[in-house]
Amino acid sequence: MLPWGERWGEVRKLLERPGPFTHPDFEPSPDTLKMLQENMKVLVIGAGGLGCELLKDLALMGFTKLHVIDMDTIDLSNLNRQFLFRKKDIGESKAKVAAEFVNHRVKGCHVTYYYNKIQDFGEDFYRSFHLVVCGLDSIVARRWINGMLLSLLCYEDGMLEQNSVIPLVDGGTEGFKGNARVVLPGLTACIECTLDLFPPQVNFPLCTIAHTPRLPEHCIEYVRILLWPKENPFSSETAIDGDDPQHINWIFEKAQKRAAEYGISGVTYRLTQGVVKRIIPAVASTNAVIAAACATEAFKLATSACTPMNNYFVFNDTDGIYTYTYEQEKKEDCVACSQVPQELEMKLSDKLQDVITTLAESLQYQMKKPGLTAMIAGKTKSLYLHSPASIEEKLRPNLKKTIEELGLQDGMELAVADVTSPNTVLFRIKIKT
Amino acid sequence: MKNQKKDGTDAPKQGTQKRASAAQLRITKDINELTLPKTCDTEFPDPDDLLTFKLIICPDEGFYRGGRFVFSFKVGPNYPHEPPKVKCETMVYHPNIDLEGNVCLNILREDWKPVLTINSIVYGLQYLFLEPNPEDPLNKEAAEVLQNNRRLFEQNVVKTMKGGYIGNVYFDRCLK
Repeated sequence: MLPWGERWGEVRKLLERPGPFTHPDFEPSPDTLKMLQENMKVLVIGAGGLGCELLKDLALMGFTKLHVIDMDTIDLSNLNRQFLFRKKDIGESKAKVAAEFVNHRVKGCHVTYYYNKIQDFGEDFYRSFHLVVCGLDSIVARRWINGMLLSLLCYEDGMLEQNSVIPLVDGGTEGFKGNARVVLPGLTACIECTLDLFPPQVNFPLCTIAHTPRLPEHCIEYVRILLWPKENPFSSETAIDGDDPQHINWIFEKAQKRAAEYGISGVTYRLTQGVVKRIIPAVASTNAVIAAACATEAFKLATSACTPMNNYFVFNDTDGIYTYTYEQEKKEDCVACSQVPQELEMKLSDKLQDVITTLAESLQYQMKKPGLTAMIAGKTKSLYLHSPASIEEKLRPNLKKTIEELGLQDGMELAVADVTSPNTVLFRIKIKT
Repeated sequence: MKNQKKDGTDAPKQGTQKRASAAQLRITKDINELTLPKTCDTEFPDPDDLLTFKLIICPDEGFYRGGRFVFSFKVGPNYPHEPPKVKCETMVYHPNIDLEGNVCLNILREDWKPVLTINSIVYGLQYLFLEPNPEDPLNKEAAEVLQNNRRLFEQNVVKTMKGGYIGNVYFDRCLK
């Protein structure tokens, strides 16, 4: 154990000396460590396999203002790799236990926890961080945080304001494979740009499941999709809970029966739970490697001690070790990050029809049949859509309403869909007085 | 990175996002550009919610001419990475639709691609009524009848659409 005074000796070597790989803006100085420890506010999303590793890595690197969100509780099956948890913690919030463990173990570190969904927080919350690091197992959650960070970007005369960019470091693992990436929202490829890289969900044809099963998975899916809603074994409207042993047992037994009818072997309780919960096997060492890569990137972004990775790292140690780092390119027509919201001027007394006429007639836009929606108080509101007839009829009265009557205000965003553009285009309302 | 940010409060604030999600932006475009064949119509119980709606198909030719079939659509937050969930709410005697309303259409499950749209599904469903496919059955009995005796199949379809029994299963009347 190093004496207390030497605790940051290794980190100092990186921050107080020049080197060939440092960022052009980097100035070696003892202040950088101080800044890392006192100012940097980092959000870790997920306190599971990657999250435990990330919190440990970041805390030991010198970050002290860490925040962690996780909506999940601790399960027995987590304990082999989620090393901040013990048997006594089963059933407790992952974020809470992880935060308390790190706070207790790493002196000076203060982890704030949120036993929440990421969607429980708004722009003010996310804007307060310098850096977001994700260890998630959900595509929806990744897309959500990506959209959130993009919506925080500020533009001045069409130019991105650099200090509104909150870097996103994202890690993901699946068995022996993993990836780590750095997203600079608005500047480099975002999650939505590369959505195609995520493996598609395995879906068997319904008719195979119903009549010609060949695999044990077909039998389990038969019970999950067709039998459960039909027989409602635990009172109607009870959705399947993959963590309820009674539910899994019911599915397991029925699937076994079906497998026997078709001479299929291999239906086990474990497989049943795996199929129902769509469990992807987790390997502790992969999580450690990916989290280490993410934490290193967080350190580089925070201190400029090294130029950050550009920008996508893949890792596979199924057979030997393979890694490759390359630049994932920004998608030119990305629905999420390609758009700089343009300002659209209107008066509070303008009618919605006037706005649509502007979009259709101004030389700049020349739209054909623009459909408009807005976000008002966090809820989407359809203003006008050209099709289908049923919705057009309901929304037609809006055309005669004024901007004020519709509840639109300065700074709100309008989403406009039109055949002239491959994506829905965003506009920021500017109220003229 | 070094420029200091204003200190955020630690207390969670209820989230209000000013921007629609990517799924929302995409469905807005799908709906605004929906071109329905004349046999189809939609119903949006809440026009502000483009993620939940019904599609009504009234085929004007084929076995199911004169019928009226309602499908419910639920578009999830992972659209278009994942397909919408579609169920048939009208009980129908059809080889590819079971009595619980599950629909066997390849693009709704194994062949879904994010480039497909709500329109693709509408046309896929309409096609199911024009060309029921006995090769991929979900209602095996109906598929067997269609394969072995087209006349009887046609009679059964007419009978069920008027409201009647096939075996001991009663089909509600669903004529337009």
